[in-house]
Amino acid sequence: MKTKNIMIVGVGGQGSLLASKLLGQLLLSQGYDVKVSEVHGMSQRGGSVVTYVRYGDEVNSPVIDKGEADYIISFELMEAARWISFLKKDGQIVTNTQQIDPMPVIMGAAEYPDGLVEKMKATGAKVDAIDCLSLANEAGSSKAVNLVLMGRLSHYFDAPEEAWQAAIDATVPAKFLELNKKAFALGKNA
Amino acid sequence: MKQLMQGNVAVARGLYEAGCEVVSSYPGTPSTEVTEEAAKYDEMYCEWAPNEKVAMEVAFGASLAGRRSFCGMKHVGLNVAADPLYTASYTGVNAGMVVVVADDAGMHSSQNEQDSRHHAIASKVPMLEPSDSAEALAFTKIAYDLSEEYDTPVIIKMCTRVAHSQSVVETAERFVPEPVPYEKKIAKYVMTPANAIRKHPVVEERTLKLKALGEGRVYGGVELNRVMYCENAAEHVGVIADSTSFQYAREVLGDSASYLKIGLVNPLPEQLFRDFAENVKEVIVIEELDPILEEHCRKLGIPVKGKELFPICGEFSQNLVAAKLGCEVPEGVTLDETIPVRPPVMCAGCPHRGMFFTLNKNKCTVLGDIGCYTLGSAAPLSAMEMTLCMGASVSALHGFNKASGPESESHTVGVIGDSTFMHSGMTGLANIAYNQSNSTVIILDNSITGMTGHQQNPTTGYNIKGDPAGKIDLEALCRAMGFNRVRVVDPYDLAACDAAVKEELAAPEPSVIISRRPCALLKYVKHNPPLSVNTEKCVGCKSCMRIGCPAISMRDGKSVVDQTQCVGCGVCTQMCKFDAFEGMVGKEA
Ligand SMILES: Cc1ncc(C[n+]2csc(CCOP(=O)(O)OP(=O)(O)O)c2C)c(N)n1
Repeated sequence: MKTKNIMIVGVGGQGSLLASKLLGQLLLSQGYDVKVSEVHGMSQRGGSVVTYVRYGDEVNSPVIDKGEADYIISFELMEAARWISFLKKDGQIVTNTQQIDPMPVIMGAAEYPDGLVEKMKATGAKVDAIDCLSLANEAGSSKAVNLVLMGRLSHYFDAPEEAWQAAIDATVPAKFLELNKKAFALGKNA
Repeated sequence: MKQLMQGNVAVARGLYEAGCEVVSSYPGTPSTEVTEEAAKYDEMYCEWAPNEKVAMEVAFGASLAGRRSFCGMKHVGLNVAADPLYTASYTGVNAGMVVVVADDAGMHSSQNEQDSRHHAIASKVPMLEPSDSAEALAFTKIAYDLSEEYDTPVIIKMCTRVAHSQSVVETAERFVPEPVPYEKKIAKYVMTPANAIRKHPVVEERTLKLKALGEGRVYGGVELNRVMYCENAAEHVGVIADSTSFQYAREVLGDSASYLKIGLVNPLPEQLFRDFAENVKEVIVIEELDPILEEHCRKLGIPVKGKELFPICGEFSQNLVAAKLGCEVPEGVTLDETIPVRPPVMCAGCPHRGMFFTLNKNKCTVLGDIGCYTLGSAAPLSAMEMTLCMGASVSALHGFNKASGPESESHTVGVIGDSTFMHSGMTGLANIAYNQSNSTVIILDNSITGMTGHQQNPTTGYNIKGDPAGKIDLEALCRAMGFNRVRVVDPYDLAACDAAVKEELAAPEPSVIISRRPCALLKYVKHNPPLSVNTEKCVGCKSCMRIGCPAISMRDGKSVVDQTQCVGCGVCTQMCKFDAFEGMVGKEA
C-alpha cells in the first residue's frame, strides 16, 4: 500500500502529542509500517505545532510535505487553514471550530480571518468542522478535545472499533479512561 | 515485540541494553528525551549536570572507573563540551563512553544551525548517524563495543527528525559487561605534552583502522554503511546520503536509483565510495547542512553533484529533494487568505512577564540569554536586544559597561534564567565581581529549566527523578562572590519590580536582582481561578494588552479573558486604572 498521511495541527500545549501517540498505536496494531514525527521545544510555548503520522507498507520520510496529506486533523480553526496547502486535492479536514487568537491578533496588528470553514470548503477540500470544546466539556474536561477529534476521525477510517478502543486503552492514563472514552464516543456521533 | 519508539527513546533503550551504568547530561532540544527516558530505568545512574562540559567529564570519569557511560546534548552543547572531548580522543577510554549530539537543521529550537560532523572530524572521534529509531537503538549498542575496541569515545549524531520521530523497533534484554578494573596508567590518562605527543600518532592510526572498518560496512552484525544497487545500476543515478536525507531520497526515487547510505560518518572510507561511483551512471550527494560527504568525494576525484543542487541552509523534505532532482512535486490545496502568524509566546501566568514589562517601561537596554525568557524579545514586551549563547548576558553586560561606562551602567541590565545561570552565568558573574563593573544582573528564577520542558537543575532542590537533592542558594552564592546588593522580588508585583530595577540601576555598585516565582506550568503550582472583565467598567483603553498575555484579547472594544488559559496571576489587574478585572483572589471585587 502506498504511504498514507495524517497531519495533526494545533496550538502548542493543546495536547496533540496524545492524539499522535494514539494513532501510531492504532496503525501499528493494523500491521502497517508507521512513522510519527513531532516537534518539541520552542513552538510548544503557544506556537503553531504540527505532528505527522504516516503509514503504509514501507514508510521512509518521517515528515509530510505539501500536497501529501490525506487528512488534516486540527485542534484550532485557523491552524487548519494555515496548513491546508499540505492537503491532497481530495483530502479531508477534520477541525475543531475553536478559535485561539495568536499574539499579532491580540495586539491588533492582524485580524482573525472570518468565514474560514466556508472559505476552506470553497477550495474543494472536504471539511468536517465541529465544536469539539463543547463536546469535550460535555465529556467532563476541556482537555479531552483530542479524543473528540479522534472519535470524529474514526468515521473516515476503516479500522475496527475494537482496535480504536484498544489503542485508547494503551495510551490514555487509566484515571482518565472513562472520560476520554466518552469524549471519543461524542466525537464519533457528533 | 515490535513497537513504535521515538528516536531519542530508542537511544535510551540502547543505553539500557548495552549495560550503560552512568548517564550525565545537560538538556537541550532535540536531545533531552534521551536522558529523561534513561532515568526511567532504575538500573542506570542518571543525572542532570549543570552544563555539557561537566556532563562529559562525569561520563569520562565513569568510563575511567570501568563502567559504560553516556552524556547527551544538543549541537551547541558540544561546543561547551568540546574541551574534554578533544583530549578524551587522545586518552581514550577504559569502559565504553558514548556521546549523543543532536543537530537541529531547520532551527526548530536553536540559535544556530551548526553541523556537528565538523566536531567529529576535528576531534578525530568516530561518529555514527542513525536514520530512524531502529538504527538509533542498534547504533547506540554497537557504539559501546566500538568505543572499547578502538579505545575512543564514540559520538552518535541525531537530528530533530530522527530524535523526535517514532518508528518501529524491536527491543532486547539488557546485558551488563563485567566492569573493567581501573588501573593507574599515567602515560594514558595524564595529557602532559610529553604523553600527548606519544598519543597523537595513536589517534591517527586509529582513524586509519576505523576507515578500514567503514569499508567492510558491517560491525557487530550492524550495517554501518549500506550499499543498495538498483537493477541496471550503471544506467541510473547513485545517491550518497546520510540520516534523513537518505529517507527523503528513498521516498522520491525508490528502486529507480542506487544508494550508498553512510552510517559511520567519521571517518569516511575511500574504496567504498570509489566502487559505488564506478557502478552507477552519476553520483548525487544529498546531505543537510555542510557538504562533508561531497567534499570527501571531491578529494577522491569522484565527480558528483551536491550543493549545486541542494541548499546548505535549512532542512530537507521529500518535495525539496524531488524538485531539485527534477521529479514531479505534488500540488496541494490553495487557499487565498492571509493567515496571521502564530509565534510562540510567554504562557499566561508566566513569571517572566512582569519583569520584562518593567524593563520595557524603564526603557532599559537588556542583554539577554537563552530560555523561555528569550520570548521577552517579542512584541509587545520587546525587552531584550541581545541573545548569543548560554551565559553571554552576564559577561557581555560587563563588556558593554566597561566599554561605555556610567552612561550605560545606569540603564543596562543582563537577564538570565536559573538553569542558564548555573550552566555558565556564574563565571561571568565572578568576572563582574572581580573586575568590578557597576553592572546589574537579573536572575529570572522560575525554579525549573523551562524551555526544554521542565528539567530540574542545581537551584531547584530536586534531582532528575524528582527526589530531594542538594539546592544551591542563589543569594548566598552571589554574596559569597562579593555582591553586597542582592535582592529578591516577586515578578507578579509590578510596583516591587519597578522599585528594584530603578534602585539597583542607580546604586553605585554591582548588584543582582533575583526575580523569583515558579513557572506557572509546574504541577505543584496552584492556580487562582480565572479572572473576568466587567464590561461596564472596561473602557477599552488596551492598557492590559501591553503585557502581551495570550489569555487577554479584545472583542467588540472590550477586553475579554480566555477562561481556559487564565491562571489568575493578576498582573493585568495592576495595569487597569478602572478596576475592570474581577475575581482576583485576595482582592475585593
Ligand atoms: C549550550 C547550550 N545548551 C543547551 C541549550 C538548550 N537550552 C536553551 S534554553 C535552556 C535552559 C533554559 O532554562 P532557564 O535558564 O532556567 O530558563 P527558562 O526556560 O526556565 O525560563 C536550555 C537548556 C542551549 N541553547 N545551549
